[in-house]
Amino acid sequence: MTNVRLLTGGEAVAQAMRQVDPDVVPVYPITPQTPIIQTFAKFVADGAASTEIVNVESEHSAMSAAIGAALAGGRTMTATSSQGLALMAEVVYIAASMRAPIVMALGNRALSGPINIHCDHSDSMLVRDSGVVQLFAENAQEAYDLMVMAPRIAEDPRVRLPVLVCLDGFTITHSAEPVALLPDEDVARFVGAYDVQNSLLESARPSTHGPFAMPDYYFELRRQQAAALEAALDVLGEVADDFERLSGRWHGALERYRMYDATRALVALGSTAGTIKDVVDELREEGEPVGLVKLVAFRPFPAEALAATLGRCDRVSVLDRADSPGGTPPLRAELAAALYGSDVELAGHVYGLGGRDLHPPDVRALFAGTADPYVGLRGERCPV
Amino acid sequence: MSRLKTMVRNQVGVQPLRGGHSLCQGCGIPMVVRTVLSTIRDPVVVVNATGCLEVATTRFPTTAWSVPWLHVAFENAAAVASGVESAQRALRRRNALPADQDVRVVVFAGDGGTYDIGLQALSGALERGHRFLFVCYDNEAYMNTGVQRSGATPFGASTTTSPAGLDSFGKAQRRKDMTAIAVAHHVPYVAQAASTHWHDLSVKVERAVAVDGPAFLNVLSDCPVGWGHEPELSRHVVDAAVETCFWPLYEVVDGRYRLTYEPRHAPVEEWLESQRRFAHLFRPENAGLVRRIQEQVDAEWTELLARCHADETAPGAWPAAS
Amino acid sequence: MGDLTTWEKLPVGGVVRPEDAPRTLTGGWRTGETPVVDLSRCVNCLLCWLYCPDSAITLAGETFEGFDLDYCKGCGICADVCPVAAIEMVPE
Repeated sequence: MTNVRLLTGGEAVAQAMRQVDPDVVPVYPITPQTPIIQTFAKFVADGAASTEIVNVESEHSAMSAAIGAALAGGRTMTATSSQGLALMAEVVYIAASMRAPIVMALGNRALSGPINIHCDHSDSMLVRDSGVVQLFAENAQEAYDLMVMAPRIAEDPRVRLPVLVCLDGFTITHSAEPVALLPDEDVARFVGAYDVQNSLLESARPSTHGPFAMPDYYFELRRQQAAALEAALDVLGEVADDFERLSGRWHGALERYRMYDATRALVALGSTAGTIKDVVDELREEGEPVGLVKLVAFRPFPAEALAATLGRCDRVSVLDRADSPGGTPPLRAELAAALYGSDVELAGHVYGLGGRDLHPPDVRALFAGTADPYVGLRGERCPV
Repeated sequence: MSRLKTMVRNQVGVQPLRGGHSLCQGCGIPMVVRTVLSTIRDPVVVVNATGCLEVATTRFPTTAWSVPWLHVAFENAAAVASGVESAQRALRRRNALPADQDVRVVVFAGDGGTYDIGLQALSGALERGHRFLFVCYDNEAYMNTGVQRSGATPFGASTTTSPAGLDSFGKAQRRKDMTAIAVAHHVPYVAQAASTHWHDLSVKVERAVAVDGPAFLNVLSDCPVGWGHEPELSRHVVDAAVETCFWPLYEVVDGRYRLTYEPRHAPVEEWLESQRRFAHLFRPENAGLVRRIQEQVDAEWTELLARCHADETAPGAWPAAS
Repeated sequence: MGDLTTWEKLPVGGVVRPEDAPRTLTGGWRTGETPVVDLSRCVNCLLCWLYCPDSAITLAGETFEGFDLDYCKGCGICADVCPVAAIEMVPE
């Protein structure tokens, strides 16, 4: 029986973890993901999950322990944010190259400096080239759903890569919403058993993991890895279909909101999509042909699907909650590549760094084409 | 039956570390690895930190290892080992592993990956009490990258980042007492050993894997290139470290110290003159430095003896030696 | 390990199995000296077997057999540690 509970995003993620009941979860605290690990630790302490929690002494060690556990046959999950992700970044790359199917909840938070504990996507963008799958939730329900889907994607033989389930810090992690939880047995059946290949604990069949590769092989091993991330797009679609059969909710690589006849569209990641949907509804009442493409998968990047959906628009405004100083913000750059050759007018905007909210008047300005490149910055046109 | 023959038998015809690797002629590391692995009877998973051993034995697509082996990065071997150990624990609790299987997690790391960059992960793993064996093959510098000084490099040694020169006598700092740092974590077994005292090392490995918790072995092993000596003289050089009390052999069981070898207490010059990295200390103007080294060695030795004596004579039976 | 010519053919994640792995014949590293043994002196203590950095002392069961010259780098440690001087490094 599905039951609807009032849960914060963090609690919802912890519920998903409880139901998946992974073998090993290394934990290290950092705001704003701590509610995830605290809630989960209490589940384990009360016997609601039989996971081996490893209270590591840094995030770098969290991802390191996760690799060891995953390659030894343990289904492994962990969580981090911001500086924690930055600290473990080298190991994230290695986890992907070693094909360790670790699931990690990322409570998106701004990278220092200055030090800031609030939401933006700079932490996700730091590891965008690492070879991991990155899925973004819009709200607590999606965070829960994606966490349940993640092991199936990560562990698929065509993928075998870490999967990051990203949820906006504080906005999702700490805000309470109604979340429909699946029955425990349904989740258990959905994720199935973890079938590791070449387990380190299989002493009769020894294997060497994590080699030293010279220029004669490194390039090929990296190419092989890239192919796995490309394959993840199809796998995501299959898992999304399966999950829809179970829950009635479908989470593919992107969500089209009122796009079928839209001539002007916004593209965004994360919780801001919720605000944008509200404004789209208001503008539609006023007769404006506007819509939203909410990107769920940032990696792998669904370039073809985006080009097909947005190619019909006159103007597309892409919102980046991260900047690339001296260059082009990440989402804008990827979208421009996807739309290359089309005659869509593409405008890019940076917003929300360090937790600065994006308000409905800002969204209206974006649709009207009157918003600044850095929208929401304190200044003349800022409504706050 | 002789311990060596037992070690041969334990291998069951398969060398855990085979030939074909690209460690230097006369490298001191393989002896440590093979002594450790052929003493342990249970199946193992080796977690190897980045360094000479890792790089030279696993150049893709070759491998010199016939046991399960894992390398992730430089500073995290103990954290990776914690993950492997935790997975076995979890899977065993869920009855997902063969009931009679007990896989030992063994870490091999150089002094860089132990004393310096590896210190945090090691400390965390010791504090958490994982059941694993951490073996540091201590050759007293970052050898793989070209003999740069580490926290384990002895006072006065010349390395490429603490070279002896017109204005320098080499490393100006004393090395860390890593063994004492491990002891401070209240783990069941810590020991200091040397590659060429293989019998002593093998006995310590046995004791280390018998405890239900973390064990740390700090094993001196020579580097002919980095230390500056002829490869075939390895045994003499490492033995000199032990006989001059520069590198005492002892163990600490549940915090109680015990000496496991009585050295000759030869003058420290015997150790220093065996290697070119100390050659500059024998210039007349550096005589004071050699005296200082002797004083350091003597002071540490006296302190160690006092601790061993106190622990061996304290009330309560000392764990029986086998 | 079979054909490694293209990226599709490489083992996933670069994982290597010892039984499939090619071996590098480091015997080519010897620079003029090679070990020889006088078996009549050998007491089968097996110290050479343990000390050899290249696992190049071969045994027949638990008995000294010889040197694996495919991998011996000629370091001379075996000759140095042999307690009965049964091993000598000679020009190759």
